[in-house]
Amino acid sequence: MLLDPTNERTILERLLLPRPATLHGKTVGLLDISKPRGDVFLDRLEQRLIAVGANVLRFKKPTFAKPAPVDLRHEIATKCEVVIEALAD
Amino acid sequence: MADRANAQRPTLPDGLVVIVKRECETCQMIAPLLQQLDATVYTQDDPEFPADVSSIHDADLSVSWHHEIETVPTLIRIINGEEIERTVGWLRSDWQRITGIDTLGDDLPVMRPGCGSMSVDPNLVDMLRARFGDSALRSRRIELAELDDEMEVLFDRGVTDGLPVVPPTEQRVLRMLQGTTRAPDDIVAIVAPDLVEVSVEKVAINAVMAGCKPEYLPWVIAALEAVCTDEFNIHGVLATTMPVGPVLICNGPGTRAIGMNSGVNVLGQGNRANSTIGRAVQLIVRNVGGGRPGEVDRAAHGNPGKVGFCFAENDAGSPFTSLAVSRGFSADDNTVTVFAGEGPRVIVDQLARDPDQLANTFAACLRTAHHPKLVLGFDCLLVVGPEHGHVFAEAGWDRDRLLAELHARLQLHGADLVRGAGDMAEGVPDWLAGETLPKFRPDGLLLTYAGGGAGLFSAMIGGWANGSTGSRPVTRRVVP
Repeated sequence: MLLDPTNERTILERLLLPRPATLHGKTVGLLDISKPRGDVFLDRLEQRLIAVGANVLRFKKPTFAKPAPVDLRHEIATKCEVVIEALAD
Repeated sequence: MADRANAQRPTLPDGLVVIVKRECETCQMIAPLLQQLDATVYTQDDPEFPADVSSIHDADLSVSWHHEIETVPTLIRIINGEEIERTVGWLRSDWQRITGIDTLGDDLPVMRPGCGSMSVDPNLVDMLRARFGDSALRSRRIELAELDDEMEVLFDRGVTDGLPVVPPTEQRVLRMLQGTTRAPDDIVAIVAPDLVEVSVEKVAINAVMAGCKPEYLPWVIAALEAVCTDEFNIHGVLATTMPVGPVLICNGPGTRAIGMNSGVNVLGQGNRANSTIGRAVQLIVRNVGGGRPGEVDRAAHGNPGKVGFCFAENDAGSPFTSLAVSRGFSADDNTVTVFAGEGPRVIVDQLARDPDQLANTFAACLRTAHHPKLVLGFDCLLVVGPEHGHVFAEAGWDRDRLLAELHARLQLHGADLVRGAGDMAEGVPDWLAGETLPKFRPDGLLLTYAGGGAGLFSAMIGGWANGSTGSRPVTRRVVP
């Protein structure tokens, strides 16, 4: 008989939301994680999204080295229907 | 009343009860008296003892454990299932009073101390506590089938770091918990990335697996507390693609008390405390925090120290103020400092005998940390070896002087650092070309003293993204 060294949690699996048929009229959040040149990628995405009729909101993590603060996550979830996160490296 | 309230507790019959073992000379001395008593006799070791009396073999020590027999012989008087009185060892007056036989053992000495009961034998007590104790342990039990190999089961469950672990039986975990005064259900920290509370019990389980001794447990707890702060930011240290992990530097007299190595091969293998304390912390991050390589741990290369990287500073023999004292603790404090670091790299200078020349070598090597053209983004941990330390100490350089001399030598010309300079794309933005830039932040060089007495070498351990955007070193006091 051994003792369980883990946190004994059951991982909750969350399903992805259905993919929207169109981005026209949808609010898309762009999250910059604060890595160098992530903004270059997101600037271009913003242009493309506006061109297809999406509303774009920009967000930025204080530092790439830590998870997004809970308030920021809440704000994105409240304001946006779609979110795109720019990774870098 | 001496007993352990427990449903498994065997009741003692009314009348007189005597607990003995053959190994005990006092028991042998009083054995002939037992024929005169109408007593129930329990024998701990030899079922044939005492020879002329019918006895019950307390083979699993259940009676002895539950009735808290600490000494043999023990004489107890029971009335209506209740213990009325007991005496331990041989005290003639007590035996005569309790048995009601005024002449009992008149030819024996007045007094003879007894021997330790097998139920308090240090080699057995953990097993007995696991067998009979009201377990305070809350962790899920993993039942093994008869043909299961427990080592393989642990590999299969994904709870090892790739090396075998010591199977965490209840007996071993209870023994580990003797190393701390904290209760098993005390919460030590919240561990990233899963942000789960880790209890002292879970720390102890993983410390057993890592191979720790109980006396290391307070060090593991202190290190874990430090690692799980926002300043240290273990989530980022895990998630980064860089090859860093927690490097634990231990200070204080307790490092010597638990036998840590601060000398020959200090950053290498071979010392149990050095090897297992850091490993325990990493196993907790993996098993409780959920930080596993290839999942949240995204290191491109990692480094061998991520199995566990822990050493003691030779603060008793150092010519410099210790790292812990420089960070505001007392020399008598036992502390753990955690630093997000990569693998160690040697600094060689076998010729310098004056401190300026040696400082030049240190600075030239330190400049190359991460990239010779990158500045200010990373800290560095310096492990000054004794023979190098001697050169500085002979010249009267203390910690502050050495650090000041190194920083002074690491003021770099922006023109040499900008992108493209030296035909290397990596570097700082062009607008810094006219500036003088320090390689390290003012507190970005951490100085420790350790290593074997022979060898004109030191070591440097590069850090990770520093300051509030990355990881800052954190020191915690070790509390028993």
